[in-house]
Amino acid sequence: MSKRNFTNLNMNPCKMCMPMGAAIAFKGIEGCMMLLHGSQGCSTYIRRHIATHYNEPMDIASSSLNEKGTIYGGARDLKKGLKNLIKLYNPQIIGISTTCLAETIGEDIDNIVKDFIEEENIKDIQFITASTPGYGGSHYEGYYYALRKIVEHQTNISYPNNTLNIIVGNISPANVRQIKKWLKDFGIQYTLLPDISNTLDAPFNNSYKKITPGGTSLEDIKKMSGAKATIEIGLFVPEKYSPGKYLEDTYGVPLYRCPLPIGIENTDYFFNILSEISEKEIPQEYLEERGRMLDAMIDSHKYNSEGKATIFGDPEIVYAITKLCMENGIEPRIVATGTKSDLLKKMLIEDLCQKNYNSVVLENADFDTIHSYIKKNSINLLIGHSDGKFIEEKENIPLIRIGFPIHDRVGGQRLLTIGYEGSTRLLDTITNTLLQRKYSSYRSDLYRRYYLTSVDYSELK
Amino acid sequence: MTNHENFKTLDERKESIICNSKFENRNIKCDTNSVSGAVSQRACVYCGARVVLNPITDAYHIVHGPIGCASYTWDIRGSLSSGEEVYRNSFSTDLREQDIIFGGEKKLSNAIDEIVNRYNPKLIFVYATCVVGVIGDDIEAVCKRAQEKYGIEIIPVQSSGFAGNKKSGYKAGCNAILNLISRYPKHKKEFGINYLGDFNLAGEIWIIKNYLKKIGVPIITKLTGDSSFEEITKATKASLNIVQCAGSMVYLAKQLEKKYGIPYIKVSFVGIEDTINSLRNIAKQLGNKEVIDNVEKFISVQKKKFEKELSYYKKRLYGKSAAIYVGGGFKAISLIKQFKELGMKTVMVGTQTGSQDEYDLIKSLTDEGTVILDDANPTELEMFIKEKGADVLVGGVKERPLAYKLGIAFFDHNHERKHPLSGFEGAINFAKELDITVNSPVWEYVKKEGEKDVKKKFYKFEYESV
Ligand code: SF4
Ligand code: SF4
Repeated sequence: MSKRNFTNLNMNPCKMCMPMGAAIAFKGIEGCMMLLHGSQGCSTYIRRHIATHYNEPMDIASSSLNEKGTIYGGARDLKKGLKNLIKLYNPQIIGISTTCLAETIGEDIDNIVKDFIEEENIKDIQFITASTPGYGGSHYEGYYYALRKIVEHQTNISYPNNTLNIIVGNISPANVRQIKKWLKDFGIQYTLLPDISNTLDAPFNNSYKKITPGGTSLEDIKKMSGAKATIEIGLFVPEKYSPGKYLEDTYGVPLYRCPLPIGIENTDYFFNILSEISEKEIPQEYLEERGRMLDAMIDSHKYNSEGKATIFGDPEIVYAITKLCMENGIEPRIVATGTKSDLLKKMLIEDLCQKNYNSVVLENADFDTIHSYIKKNSINLLIGHSDGKFIEEKENIPLIRIGFPIHDRVGGQRLLTIGYEGSTRLLDTITNTLLQRKYSSYRSDLYRRYYLTSVDYSELK
Repeated sequence: MTNHENFKTLDERKESIICNSKFENRNIKCDTNSVSGAVSQRACVYCGARVVLNPITDAYHIVHGPIGCASYTWDIRGSLSSGEEVYRNSFSTDLREQDIIFGGEKKLSNAIDEIVNRYNPKLIFVYATCVVGVIGDDIEAVCKRAQEKYGIEIIPVQSSGFAGNKKSGYKAGCNAILNLISRYPKHKKEFGINYLGDFNLAGEIWIIKNYLKKIGVPIITKLTGDSSFEEITKATKASLNIVQCAGSMVYLAKQLEKKYGIPYIKVSFVGIEDTINSLRNIAKQLGNKEVIDNVEKFISVQKKKFEKELSYYKKRLYGKSAAIYVGGGFKAISLIKQFKELGMKTVMVGTQTGSQDEYDLIKSLTDEGTVILDDANPTELEMFIKEKGADVLVGGVKERPLAYKLGIAFFDHNHERKHPLSGFEGAINFAKELDITVNSPVWEYVKKEGEKDVKKKFYKFEYESV
C-alpha cells in the first residue's frame, strides 16, 4: 500500500537533498558563512530555493569543482574557495558541506580543512564540516545532521549551568521568535539552535550586511554540554543525526524529544516540559491562549467535520498537522512524507487506528503516488508545502501552504503556526478554506441535487 | 579598472570587471569557469540543457542522478503549452548510496521500462548529472538498448554539471535536438521558418506566432517553446531559421545551416525597436514582396496602437537609472536598448554567460562610466549598485532579495515570469512593471529609515481642531 507508483523512479519529488537542510541549519549560527564543496550548480539551486521561500539574500559559496578537480581531487579548489570566501565575507565561522560529487570522488573534507588551517595559519575562524551527500538522505536529515556536527565540534566538557538547550526543527523564523518568547516568559535561560529568527527574516534597515546579524552564538553553543536539559523538536530524527542524543550520550544532558507544538496535545506536551524544567507554573497568558484555542475548536467543529485532508511534507510537520486534524474531526485521509521514516509511519498508523481512521500513510513517497491516492479518495483539503501546487491545480483542491518550501506565496517566513495561538490561526485558515468552498457552491449544489432531479413517486406507493 | 582600483573584490575577479571608458580598452575576461568561493550566481551544465529541452511538451525528461537536481528544477519555468503537459513533471532515478557504489545503469534502464509500461512515450530525454559522470554509467548504451527494445526515441543528454558551465549545457541540449532531427530523413523545403530560442515563457511564442501569421509567414518548428516531438522532426522543411535567444541556440542554427543548408538570422522581439527591425529583417531574408508590404502595414498599425500607453510610462520613468544582471549577453543587450527607448540609462551591466562580442556590443551601447561585469557575485553587485546609485535592478530570482534589502526597485527577468515581455504587448508590460516597482509608494517610507534623526522617521499626524 505504501509503495510508490514507480519502483525505479521518483516522479515529482516530495523531498530535497541533504545539503539543503545543512544550509538552513548553518544559517542559524552567528557570523557563519557556508561553502558547499562540489559542483557549482547544486549551490546555486539551493540558494535559489531558499531565497524564494524566505525572500532574503542567501549566499552560499561553492568550491566550483570542474573536470580537473573531479579527476585529481578537489583539495585545491576547496582551499581556494575557502580563501576567497574569507576575503569576501570575513566570517567567524565557516560551515562546510559536501555535494554528491565531492562525496562520490571520496573527498576527505576534514583533512583538507585541517591542512588549510595549518597552511594559512588561521587562528580566529572556526570551521565546521558536515558530509552531506545528496544521495545519503533528504533535507530533513541534512538539517539535523549539520546541527549535530556543530554541537560535536564546538562542545567540550563544561561546568554545569542553568541553561536549557532547545533544538528546533526546520520551522519559520516567526515560529522561532515565538519559542523564544515562551522561554522568556517562563524565565528560562536557553541556547536555541539554530536561531534563524533574524538571519532569515531580517528587518529592513539601511545598512544591509552580507552576513546577517543574529543566530546562535558560539559562546552559547559551547555551554550546551553543561546544560540542565535538552529539548529537541524532532521526534523522527534517526539517532545518528540527533544533536540532542549526542549531548545526552557524551555529556549526560537529559534529552526531551518532542513533536512540533502544533495542535492542543502537542502544545500541552511542550508547555508541560517547559514547566517541569523551569519548575514554574504555566503563565496565565498561555492558559488563556489555550482557553481561546478550545473556544475556537468548539466554534468550528461542525465545519471541520467536513474536512477530508491530504497532508504532506517533512515528517515533523506531517505528524503534528495530522494530530491537529484528528483533534478537530478533520479526517486525515492521506498522510505522506518524501523522507524515509518507518518510525513516522508506525506512530501515525497507531494514532490513526486509535481514532478509527483508516487512512493511507506513505513514507518515502513522491507526489505522483500521493496524487494517485488523491484521485481515488474524495479529498477537499491539501495541507503542505507549495510543491503540492501541481495537484491543487490539476484537481482543483485548495492547498493550505505550510512548511518549507513556499515558493508561490509570500510570507512563508512569517507564518506563525505553533503553540495555542499559532495552532488556532492555522485551524482558522483550515476552517475558512472549507467554508469558502461550501459558500461558493452550496446554492448550485442543492439546486442540482433537489430541483433538477424529479422525485420518483412510484417509491411512495 | 581606472576608477575602481581600490574596490574590494577578489584578485581573480578583477579581469572580469571593466568600466566603460575612453581610456580603457582592456577586454573583459569571460566564458571561463567560476572562481571557487566567489559565490557565483551561475547554475550548471544540466541547468543549461534543461532550459533548452524542457519546453518540449510531450517529452519525458528523466534526470539520472540523486534527487536534488530534479527536485530543484521541477516545474520552475513558465513555459506554456497548447497541447500536452508531460514536460511539467519531474522524473528522477533518485540514486541512493547503493546505486553510487554499484552503479545506476540498471536502475535507469528499469526506469525507462516503467515509463514505457505506464505511458505511451514517443520521446524520452535522459540527463546525466554530476555523479553519473563519475560513477561511469554509460547512459548512451542504456538509451540505445532501450530504444531498440521499444522503437521510440530515447536521447541521452550529456549534462554532467561539473563538465563546463551553463553554456556547455545549452550546447548539450542543442546536440540532443540535432540528434533527434538527424534520425529522420531530410524533408523537401517549404515556405516557412523555424523559430529558435524562444521558450514560450508566459505565452511569448504565441504573440510572435500571431505577428508572423499576420505578415504571412508560417512557422514550421518552434524550438523549443510549445513544441512537440512531431514538430521537431519536421524542422528540415524550413527555408529560414530565426534565432531569438542567441546564447542558447546560435550553435544549433549553425549546425542546421551546415547539415541541412538552412540559413539563419538573429532576431530579437524584446523592445519595440528590436521587434520592428526583426520583422523587417525576416521579410527581407525571405525576399517575398507581399510579406515585405505586410510588415510595413503591420508595424504602422501596431505603433499607433501602443504609442499613447508607452508615452505615459516614458514620462514616469524618464531619467531613472538601471542596473542589469541577467543570464545571457543577448538578454542584457535587449534590455539596454529597451531602457534607452524609455529614456532611462544603464549604469551597470552584468551577465552570467555573455561572450566577448556581446560584451563589446554592450560597451558600445552604454555610456561612459557604466560598469560591465561577467559572472558577478553578490558582493560586487551590491557594491556597484550602491556606487552607481541605481534606481532599479533587473535580475533573476536570486538577485531579488538583494535589491530589496538595498532598498531599491526590482524588475523580475526570470524564467518563471507570468507576463510576456515579447513584441509590442511585451514592451508595454515591461514599462508597466518598471513603473510599478520604481514608482511604488513603499520607497518613500523605506528612504526615511536611512535618516538619523528618529523624530523625522516617524510620521507626524496633525490634528485640526474642530
Ligand atoms: S542531490 Fe546531490 S547532486 Fe543533486 S543537488 Fe543535491 S547535492 Fe547536488
Ligand atoms: S549535481 Fe551537477 S547536475 Fe546536479 S545540480 Fe549539482 S551541478 Fe547540477
